[in-house]
Amino acid sequence: MAARAAEATEIAPEMTSGGLSACPACVAAPAAERLAALQKPEAARLMLSLPTAHCAACIATVETALRQHPGVQSARVNLTLKRVSVEAEPEVTAADLTRVLEGVGYEAHELDPGLLSMTETDRQGRALLMRLGVAFFAMMNIMLLSVAVWSGAEAATRDMFHWISAMIAIPTVIFAGQPFFTSAWSALRVGRLNMDVPISLAIFLATAMSLFETMHSGSKAYFDAAVMLAFFLLLGRYLDHRSRALARSAAGELAALEVPRAVVLEAGAEVLRPIGQVARDDVVLVRPGGRMPVDGVVLTGTSEVDRGLLTGESLPVFAGPGSLVSAGEVNLTGPLTLRVLAAGKDSSLHRMADLVAVAEAARNTYTSLAERAARIYAPAVHLLSLAAFGFWLWRTGGDFRLAVNIAVAVLIITCPCALGLAVPAVVTAASGKLFRKGVLIKNGTALERLAEVDLVIFDKTGTLTLGAPEPANLDGIGAEARSVALALARASSHPLAVALAGRIGGAPAEVTNLREMPGYGVEGRWAGKSVRLGRAGWVGVEAGSETATYLGIEGAPATTFTFSDQIRPGAEAAIAGLKAQGKAIRLVSGDHKAAVAAFAARLGIADWVAEALPAEKAGLVRQMADQGHKVLMVGDGLNDTAALAAAHVSISPAQALDAARVASDIVLLGRDLAAIADAARISTQAIRRMKENFAISAGYNVIAVPLALIGATTPLVSALAMSLSSITVSLNALRLR
Amino acid sequence: MQILAILIPVSLLLGGLGLLGFIWALKGRQFDDPQGDASRILTKEFDDKPAP
Repeated sequence: MAARAAEATEIAPEMTSGGLSACPACVAAPAAERLAALQKPEAARLMLSLPTAHCAACIATVETALRQHPGVQSARVNLTLKRVSVEAEPEVTAADLTRVLEGVGYEAHELDPGLLSMTETDRQGRALLMRLGVAFFAMMNIMLLSVAVWSGAEAATRDMFHWISAMIAIPTVIFAGQPFFTSAWSALRVGRLNMDVPISLAIFLATAMSLFETMHSGSKAYFDAAVMLAFFLLLGRYLDHRSRALARSAAGELAALEVPRAVVLEAGAEVLRPIGQVARDDVVLVRPGGRMPVDGVVLTGTSEVDRGLLTGESLPVFAGPGSLVSAGEVNLTGPLTLRVLAAGKDSSLHRMADLVAVAEAARNTYTSLAERAARIYAPAVHLLSLAAFGFWLWRTGGDFRLAVNIAVAVLIITCPCALGLAVPAVVTAASGKLFRKGVLIKNGTALERLAEVDLVIFDKTGTLTLGAPEPANLDGIGAEARSVALALARASSHPLAVALAGRIGGAPAEVTNLREMPGYGVEGRWAGKSVRLGRAGWVGVEAGSETATYLGIEGAPATTFTFSDQIRPGAEAAIAGLKAQGKAIRLVSGDHKAAVAAFAARLGIADWVAEALPAEKAGLVRQMADQGHKVLMVGDGLNDTAALAAAHVSISPAQALDAARVASDIVLLGRDLAAIADAARISTQAIRRMKENFAISAGYNVIAVPLALIGATTPLVSALAMSLSSITVSLNALRLR
Repeated sequence: MQILAILIPVSLLLGGLGLLGFIWALKGRQFDDPQGDASRILTKEFDDKPAP
């Protein structure tokens, strides 16, 4: 089946090409894509994201492991996009494959291939690459002929060479220059100037003037310059596209992480439905470990819910009949049935996401360095060449041909060849480097904004911590209590029990009649006594302020097991790194004072705020911004989203709720936080490189423009200036460490 | 100078062949995963076909 679909894609271009387009593939590709989509076998293609894959050995391990899984026909890793596509029998599920990959040591997430419009961005990239290839071919051939002219070809030979150059250059310019022409035209139509206007003008005028000169056997033809311009600028455009496409596909990938479905109970039967089709008053079943798909009220069952993502609380909250739960909370211990109060677009989760979208739009007013440069540059270039034209027309008493010649030379020399590469080359180098470290830059200007940051605000639960508890006081507890607790903890899947079971060593005590009471704890019999591990009230003691579970043995005082949240790997390194870069650090959490204070002390953060409501977090960020700080917000929960959107620049981990990820500019793909410090360092460096690049291209202009203005430029000089500046700028971008 | 009549078409032809080769590789999606391809050459498993 899969092979047939692939064949169809191959054959389709021949069938549909033959139109008058300059690029038959561009026309044929959508048709081919549609055809392939129609013939796509059902449930045969799975996509998994592999944030930690980075080497040849990773490819081999992942592909071999997947191929050995029954039902998998083929697996292919794409290391550039860090994902693997698997062709498999319909009964193989992504969850199976994720488990296989975790078994060999790779973090993997399911992606919804329907949401990944990868083919779309790919096609654009390939079209650009095609234009780039054609421009390169033409540039090389014309250069070959131009060298002969520069080294002294005369009269008929020179004219012939010019004509051959024209025959190569004109179709090339028409084909390869299209991206610039269309962009320039759309800017001009609304009465604005962008960087593409001088580019298009330079390419067009250079070609037209050279053709005119060739017809009149003139000595100066700038075909090589026109094509070279197109080539270097296309290179910049392609780099730009690549880093954008990478960011866009990976951002889409994150949106596709949560494939939202709900189990609806209909006449006693369980039906799996997309969230969009769940209506108010439906009854939904949520199993332990599942996330609430809707806002609702509990009908039956008792359990504990983790509201960390929404509120930042680290303690699970009890839920029983009548309790209200919100979409996004995680059900921990017992199955719950809910009556739906609001689903999909009306749920609290979505309303929050909509708020974020509004905040997003407000922030997009940031103008990037390149835009600011273009704003000064484009009019300056036009004025300069117009002035040159006017001056020479006046000076020579109406020698139109000479005046045009000089004006075009000025346009070609000043054309932002290096400028067009200056920013994309650096951004590509920087975002590529960061992507390999597991940092995804979602927003084009995020790198620039990150470089300006002087205050970093961290959220606690789920950001600086993994949101997973870790026993804190095991050393002070007797061996007997430990072994009983171990036996009881093993019977439960509650996160506190799992953490206890994982950390208590030795053999468990012989506890019989083990029984879990969802929402309360585990009980059993040991040495003829009744034993319980669970909530304070149920065990019969007073609850403390810390996260804790209690062990009660009949006839003995209860033992308290306290927990602290596990620090996310790399958190210390990230904070130390950011401090070393002279940035202030602040911790703002929705959690209780005691928990936050203890945690801040552990990480060495002096400045912290506890029990902050979502609106307070955002308010704090705004207040800091008003005081002139550029704030970087790092957070993961729904309670952080408003703050994330309000901050100058924001980062969230990949495990964050999708509303938080949407609101942030940068996403950490792995678990490690250390990359934040790297990202800040690299961004500062990248901005420095960009500014250097602007200086370099300005420097070339300072030398070459006066030559052009006095009419002393030759095609050789302009070719040299252009290629040298472009190459220096690209090399400078690669110096990024 | 007669040699030009041969050399110029030859140079254009050779360049054109290179261009065709590039377009062929591009259509064959050989530029989709440059990083992976760079690493793949180091694996011991023999990999004789491009990605489907």
